[in-house]
Amino acid sequence: MVHWSAEEKQLIASVWGKVSVEECGAEALARLLIVYPWTQRFFANFGNLSSPTAVIGNPKVQAHGKKVLTSFGEAVKNLDNIKGTYSKLSELHCEKLHVDPENFRLLGDILVIVLASHFGRDFSPACQSAWQKLVGVVAHALARKYH
Amino acid sequence: MVLSANDKSNVKAVFGKIGGQADAFGAETLERMFAAYPQTKTYFPHFDLGKGSAQVKAHGKKVAAALVEAANNIDDIAGALSKLSDLHAQKLRVDPVNFKLLGQCFLVVVACHNPALLTPEVHASLDKFLCAVGTVLTAKYR
Repeated sequence: MVHWSAEEKQLIASVWGKVSVEECGAEALARLLIVYPWTQRFFANFGNLSSPTAVIGNPKVQAHGKKVLTSFGEAVKNLDNIKGTYSKLSELHCEKLHVDPENFRLLGDILVIVLASHFGRDFSPACQSAWQKLVGVVAHALARKYH
Repeated sequence: MVLSANDKSNVKAVFGKIGGQADAFGAETLERMFAAYPQTKTYFPHFDLGKGSAQVKAHGKKVAAALVEAANNIDDIAGALSKLSDLHAQKLRVDPVNFKLLGQCFLVVVACHNPALLTPEVHASLDKFLCAVGTVLTAKYR
């Protein structure tokens, strides 16, 4: 089980409390598809992803980004059992979606950058550290049921 | 992975905008890297890594200068950083994974201080540039 200090929990909760899941989720997914274009391989049915503008404006990207970040919220609510929280999602990503777990790490890093751009100087090194740890734990949990 | 003309101009614009803040950005990048990725501290057992460390500030300045130099010679990063590449291969031997960690922290610093600058397109270009720098610095490892 992952150990979270009181400070880490507080830093995570305080950021999460101010996050617009819809906005940040859409932005994080869009940036993933733009910065690492090979990730578009999972979204062939999303329509127009031909340019950064197209990706950002794509309603399916926005909706899916919101869905992904909403799910991320489950980790924030269940810091002491992230493994259990993502057990089924891990199986899904392996067996049905066939997503290389490296993509979870890429998305996690992008999410941290999106948070940094929204929170500016409030996103202190300690804050970043807690969030890098969280995205790493989530990525690990999502990869855990792979076979 | 190749830097397009757009990538190059995006990167030059970023460093142009950052200007004199580059030294501070370098120091903050290191500070964040040591906080978020404690294993990176293993390369600096001889440093005081506490808050406000003069050594970290000085080293951040060096790192920033190298990035600025690469950006200013973006058509030939390998040439511009050749000596640094030798140094990393022969003396420093920093494991290649760490360049990605440094790059992540640099992007976070830019995002914190200049969010408007880091549009998705610029983010992509800057990420590619940082990868390219890492690749050059590890190119002579074996």
